[in-house]
Amino acid sequence: MISLNVNGKNYRVNVSDDMPLLWVLRDYLKLTGTKYGCGIGECGACTVHIDGKAERSCAIPVKEAQGRKIVTIEGLPENHPVKRAWIEEQVVQCGYCQPGVIMQVSALLSKSPNPDADKIISAMDDVICRCGTHARIKRGIKTAVQIMRKEGKRI
Amino acid sequence: MNTSISRRAFLKATGLTIAVSVTPFGYELLNASEKKKEALPGFKPNVWFEITPDNRVAITVGASEMGQGVHTALAMIIADELEADWKQIKVGHGPAAKEFKNPIWDDQITVGSASVRGFYDPLRKAGAAGRAMLAKAAASTWNVPESECKAEKGTVQHKKSGRSLTYGKLCLKAAKLEIPKDPPLKKESEFRYIGKPIPRVDIPEKVRGVATFGLDVAVPNMEIAVFSRPPAYGAKPISFDQKAAEGVKGVSKVIPAPMGIAVCAESLHAALKGRDALNVKWDKGTHPQLDNDFIEKSLIGNLDKPGVKVIEKGDSKKALGEAKKKVEATYFVPFVAHATMEPMNCTAYVRDGRCDVWVPTQGQLVAQLVASQVSGLPPEKVQIHTTFLGSGLGRRATPDFVVEAVIASKVLGKPVKVVWTREEDIKYDPFRAAMSHRIQAGIDDQGRLIGWSHKVVSGSIMKDIDPKAIESGIDFMSLWGLADFPGSPHDNRIMYDIPNLYIEFLISDLPIPVSPWRSVQNGPNAFVIESFVDELAHAAGKDPLEFRLQNLRNNMRACRVLEIAAKKAGWGKPVPKGQGRGIAQHSCFGTYVAQVVDLSVNEKSGAVKVDRIVAAIDCGPVVNPNTVKAQIEGSITIALSSALKEEVKFSNGGVKSANFDDYKVIKMSEIPEIEVHIVESKEKMGGVGEPGVPPAAPAVGNAIFNATGARIRRIPFTPERVLAAIKSNKT
Repeated sequence: MISLNVNGKNYRVNVSDDMPLLWVLRDYLKLTGTKYGCGIGECGACTVHIDGKAERSCAIPVKEAQGRKIVTIEGLPENHPVKRAWIEEQVVQCGYCQPGVIMQVSALLSKSPNPDADKIISAMDDVICRCGTHARIKRGIKTAVQIMRKEGKRI
Repeated sequence: MNTSISRRAFLKATGLTIAVSVTPFGYELLNASEKKKEALPGFKPNVWFEITPDNRVAITVGASEMGQGVHTALAMIIADELEADWKQIKVGHGPAAKEFKNPIWDDQITVGSASVRGFYDPLRKAGAAGRAMLAKAAASTWNVPESECKAEKGTVQHKKSGRSLTYGKLCLKAAKLEIPKDPPLKKESEFRYIGKPIPRVDIPEKVRGVATFGLDVAVPNMEIAVFSRPPAYGAKPISFDQKAAEGVKGVSKVIPAPMGIAVCAESLHAALKGRDALNVKWDKGTHPQLDNDFIEKSLIGNLDKPGVKVIEKGDSKKALGEAKKKVEATYFVPFVAHATMEPMNCTAYVRDGRCDVWVPTQGQLVAQLVASQVSGLPPEKVQIHTTFLGSGLGRRATPDFVVEAVIASKVLGKPVKVVWTREEDIKYDPFRAAMSHRIQAGIDDQGRLIGWSHKVVSGSIMKDIDPKAIESGIDFMSLWGLADFPGSPHDNRIMYDIPNLYIEFLISDLPIPVSPWRSVQNGPNAFVIESFVDELAHAAGKDPLEFRLQNLRNNMRACRVLEIAAKKAGWGKPVPKGQGRGIAQHSCFGTYVAQVVDLSVNEKSGAVKVDRIVAAIDCGPVVNPNTVKAQIEGSITIALSSALKEEVKFSNGGVKSANFDDYKVIKMSEIPEIEVHIVESKEKMGGVGEPGVPPAAPAVGNAIFNATGARIRRIPFTPERVLAAIKSNKT
């Protein structure tokens, strides 16, 4: 039995220790917002927050996630500045990679609420989007920063 | 009785339901209730919408939403003419049905940038018919002249008396009216939604992480299947350990099938462990010597073999003999993978004389057809449920994954989801076809093109789609961008004025499967044409823009996008040392695009950094400028990815590339500033999903030439290739 804390809820699941966290989230907890893209931590579609850090859930065996605080795209509040900015800037195309992108961005902005261009690029360089939304991801980040600043919010 | 799924669903409608039947020959509108008691002979609705008493407008479309915004765009057209309130609108995927065929392709297939242009006129008429019927219903309710009733944002208003009724209240009465034959359309100045950047309807659920893609489908009792597939082309299994695989905890069954050996299990994790335990030994396949070197030699070597004549206009041989200047060059474009972010997958459930298929597909009818063939059930017993697509890029029009899921479910007697790992998705992709080209062209003393002779070798795309189409030896999809074909609605040839033109084509005998990849071979062909035109401009001693304008003098639309892109990019302004500026244009799917690239080349490392791309697009009337811009940005980005980085690696008779660690695609640090200018145009509406792709690669190559003097006739422009070209240019 594995015990997990996901989006503030405690779960107990009967899976083998070495199953990647991604598949436990998707197939056992039915949190399918987190996506499979490569299985080797290269594309970022499976990004979740573990203890506040952006991590690739496809490359983490579930046993290593025990006792840690996991947040998925579903656990990010609806009025989260990044989610709002993504709608405002119409960033999304097919949308498959975007949960991971949004989790990567929100982790970045919680650490650096006003990142410069270099910081944005280094945080986002290992996230793949095949539709080519990169230019809008940059715009979305700027808008999220503005929303946070205007509302005096830290995330 | 030949009752189709869409007709049955259509007839179940309760409110005011208007459908459009579009064929390549025209279209017809229909009110569901006026025909309910009849058999609707011959009427085949492609798209329909229903206004219900709860004041909602539900729109059903046959086109697949893969991020291009088709659900939003088609709904905007209906909602505008209907004068619906945007808040009332709900859009969904329809089932597989002949009725959903796009008139441009005569198939229910979301390809070729065709959804909006295929349905624009009929959907406007359908919306206008609904608006007229609702106004008429209100007029009779109030007993006032129709001319005093005006539809406005989901209501009909009688200004004189201050009365107003919602569409929900009017729909049942309106449903009893006859559909007007030729309802008046709005004037463009009255458009409420068309032409405005309306936010996409599917974005909120995608941002929340609750949109259902194919991999997210869950059916009670479902098993997961993965396939062990041959590592080399034509390889057959010599042995495998079925017992060991079936002994793995959670594995239920091993199913040998023509495309590989399936392992079914309760979870993906167990299925993958079972696949490892199979320990399949494969033979060497049909082409054990095949690797990248073999492929390039084969394609270029085949340029010396005779092909089939595609076009012969004038006497190109004679013209080349008389030319003031002659240029000859050989180009090569490698195989690239689709690598959509959502790997291929499909869920199927075959039981009790029916088959359900949940699938992210670009081609519902072909999915239904193959599911019917494999299950042995008639097509009307196969229900296709289209999910959101984690991008399509053309890959999802091929139904191989549907075949696999139906085989597995049929054998297992349970619902099965077939999941392709990323490694399978890359290795077993039907790639964008590699090509070789050899061209000779000549110009006169004025810099005018007088002769052009062109030989192309490519794998056949049509071979797996419609083998009969290549009986003459010509694969027209491979030639898109080089030559128009009878019945082709597009200006999709070499658009330059060339009085003497000869094009010859040969299908390559390589065993590597290929398929359409965003813009099909317009991408590779435009890379070749537009790079070579730059070579000719250089030979003529002319500015690349000026040379193009001169030789495109009879093509106003091409000239206009070139001029606008050039002006916006500051063409003609000096370029700093180490930097370069290049231009290219191409037209396909009825749309013209030009792009200007500014880039820097590191002459020590050969690294190319694209700084800015300015694009101008003429696609005729625009429905949603936000999605048009997004499509051009996306097209430019994926085209840059293929121009700078992508090439499938092969070894030992099969594919070596496997995942994003060895099949590199473009990253955030490589993304230039992208500027898109939509040209105001009253021309016939064109497509927008793909025409942004073709000009990017040649514009980059032309900019590299401008920066370094080195002409590179092969993509991708990797640092090693650029450095080698700079070095050989200096010696």
